[in-house]
Amino acid sequence: MEVAVQDISDSIPCRREQIQLLVHLLGQGTCALPSSLFVYGPSGCGKTLVTLAVLKRLDIITAHINCIEAYTPRIMFETVLNQLSGTVLSSSNGYTSYASCDNLGDFVKHIKDIGRNKGMPRIAVVVEHSERLRDQDANIMPVLCRLQELTRSTNIVVIFLSSIPVDKFRASTGFMEPIVLHFPQYYKNEVMEILVKLKPEKYSEEFFKNYINLVLSVFYVATKDLPELKHQVQLNFQTYCEPIEKGEAAEGDMRQLWRNIEPHLRKAMNSVYLREVSSDQYERMQKLTEKNEPDHLLSNMSHNAKMELPFYSKFLLIAAYLASYNPARTDRRFFMKYHGKQRKTQAMIKAKERSSNQLVGPKPFPLDRLLAIFYSIVDDRVTPTANVFSQISTLVTLRLLTQIGGDDQLDSPKYKCVVSLDFIRTIARMVSFDIIRYLYDYA
Amino acid sequence: MTQLQQHLRHNLTLWGSTLDAGEKLVSLYSSEAQHLEELMTRTLTLGESNSAMVLAPRGTGKSALVDTVLKKLETTGSLGEGFVVRLSGLLQTDDRHALREITSQLRLETATANKVFGSFAENLSYLLESLRCGSKETSKPVIFLLDEFDLFCHHRNQTLLYNLFDVAQSAQAPICVLGLTCRLDVIELLEKRVKSRFSHRQIHLFPPDAFDPHYLATFTHLLTLPDDDGDNAFPRKDFARRWNSDVASLVEDIDVRRVLKRIHTTTKDVRTLKAILLVCVCDLRDENDRVDARRLTKAHTLLSGDAKTKLLHGLSFLQLTLIIAMSHLTHTYDGEPYNFEMVLHEYLKFSRRHSHTRPLPRPVVFKAFDQLKGLELIRAVDSNSRGTQREYRLYHLLVTPDQLSSALTTIPALPTDLQQWAVSAI
Repeated sequence: MEVAVQDISDSIPCRREQIQLLVHLLGQGTCALPSSLFVYGPSGCGKTLVTLAVLKRLDIITAHINCIEAYTPRIMFETVLNQLSGTVLSSSNGYTSYASCDNLGDFVKHIKDIGRNKGMPRIAVVVEHSERLRDQDANIMPVLCRLQELTRSTNIVVIFLSSIPVDKFRASTGFMEPIVLHFPQYYKNEVMEILVKLKPEKYSEEFFKNYINLVLSVFYVATKDLPELKHQVQLNFQTYCEPIEKGEAAEGDMRQLWRNIEPHLRKAMNSVYLREVSSDQYERMQKLTEKNEPDHLLSNMSHNAKMELPFYSKFLLIAAYLASYNPARTDRRFFMKYHGKQRKTQAMIKAKERSSNQLVGPKPFPLDRLLAIFYSIVDDRVTPTANVFSQISTLVTLRLLTQIGGDDQLDSPKYKCVVSLDFIRTIARMVSFDIIRYLYDYA
Repeated sequence: MTQLQQHLRHNLTLWGSTLDAGEKLVSLYSSEAQHLEELMTRTLTLGESNSAMVLAPRGTGKSALVDTVLKKLETTGSLGEGFVVRLSGLLQTDDRHALREITSQLRLETATANKVFGSFAENLSYLLESLRCGSKETSKPVIFLLDEFDLFCHHRNQTLLYNLFDVAQSAQAPICVLGLTCRLDVIELLEKRVKSRFSHRQIHLFPPDAFDPHYLATFTHLLTLPDDDGDNAFPRKDFARRWNSDVASLVEDIDVRRVLKRIHTTTKDVRTLKAILLVCVCDLRDENDRVDARRLTKAHTLLSGDAKTKLLHGLSFLQLTLIIAMSHLTHTYDGEPYNFEMVLHEYLKFSRRHSHTRPLPRPVVFKAFDQLKGLELIRAVDSNSRGTQREYRLYHLLVTPDQLSSALTTIPALPTDLQQWAVSAI
């Protein structure tokens, strides 16, 4: 048993404790398996990797399903049965599964059959993203927990993998508490140890370690996620090495290298774990910016807020934004010529700070108010034709406004503007309208 | 050593029971077992129909008790030609599935293969009819075991239950319907017409759950190796004897008692104890082959422990900052919900005060916030707030200040300003 633990922890670093526990719980030979295990921990901390490696080493027949993929019971059951029975969908069997199965009763019966046909082997079912099971039928989770009991004499274990603790699963009747194992996030030194393994052959270990230290110093605050850090390490290494390739700096010249890489890392920080673009695209973008060419890709990505609208629609949207974010009582002040001066008192400024509309979000407003603001901000005279009204409903279908109530004829509809400040500022700039001057929070 | 583990693992499977537990149960609930046996014998030999409900908390041994009684009937030969049909509320989720299962368990698939039935009752009575040969007395008796009986109550119109009880009451065929459940109010779940057909025979099992001697006895029993000569005797007698005396002395140990007491006060469910003992037993080595207080404590801390605190350990500093900001917001606004913009505002205020931490860009913070939602550390106030922007959706924090502070004290290399911010009131 110790040999198995040693083997696996050699190939998977920093998870020795978890591997040991898992191996011991499952046992070797023909040992009776525990009925269900629940493994949880943050994503990217090796739950799946360790579990599958351990099951493989212990020669347990394994079915591995992902609940995102198997989104209906039928797909889930048939995938499990196929994997357990060793059925591979191919043209020779006409792409038919081991059995057609869409209810738990049949599922349990088929598992019993498979167990009997294979001579009572040890079987494991690994359920990844098991938090999704809660969205399915209420009794799937309890049945999987006690699959061993229901299949009688079959030596089967169900291993749930999830990033959410087991407390959130206790909802339905018949839930049997599984044995819970926790996979903690890697510590910083462990991350270091794992990332060093990515070292390319050309460079010395010391050099690569320094590089990883730099990357971690920037990114570790924002994310502890190992796959993400790995991604960043791989992505930026080439840029880091550039001065060396060009012969401008030596390997030991830390400061020079740092000065070179810093802006790149800062830029990568802006999109850390957003992955707006694939790594390939990102590299291409980097190259483009170096050549100082106008990069359409990047501008497309970051300014997807730009949107072309008809002239009056723009003003309607601006009017809607103002109506959503300004209190109705201040309209007089913003949109009338002679509203009388108002002294700002300390108390007013305090009150404004406390209930800033930018924090609370947009408020609904009636159609009349929208039109009143609209007429006062458009310079030339507009007649309230059907054209203007249809533009409002277009804005609603574009999801720039949302309508609240008022589906019938009598009740006048209310709207809410659901665009961000940045978006409305670009729109306002297009029609050269200074929106900030009209916003209560900023004026 | 592996033999030892195999034996003990068998004892410690979370569901079943130890090899001789059946007899133990029967001796413990002797009157109830007697009652059950009587009921079934009457159906089997006299052709009388019965219905009854067995009620007990989870993990008491309802199924084990019924199984033992059935086994006893089998060995004495009174089961004879009778059939046992086992249904589980978890597996047979509607009456159509249940009926199919009954058909296959009665081995009548061929008889019903090319028949079309108008109604459920017709189908069931046909099934029972098929078992009949000659008079009522000679018809084959059937015992229906309905596990998780409460779930059958949620089936549409309770057709299965209605028909089963109807058959039982009107004495069409000799059947015995036994419901097993842990819900005490199960009778209230039955529809009126179903309830009136049920015999209202309830058999309650009350597990004795005092710490001393019952819980301790269970503890020793789970760890004991069989030392008599039997089919499953342990091959090395001397070892088994030494082991058993070790286990017996373990109960006297003051530390062991303290741990067990703690477990017992949280839950009396034997399965929790089994899980902890399983972890202990799995840990045994050749050179170190004793279960002791240290092992037990280790296993207990491994399996208990607050999951949320552990979850907080895995968060990045950015996410922790957001959590702290939210806990401040909850505190200042007296538990009012808040949206992302407010949290971001707090976060920016914090990073402005501590100039060396440069604030991260808004989309990154938003993503971190989203991940917190994915981890269910925060929960949206109303789930279907369609039409509101995501940054203005209102949330509640699901982490208590205690959990947060206990996590913060144990996270390594936590920035000091973050720690100070967490403890400072505003």
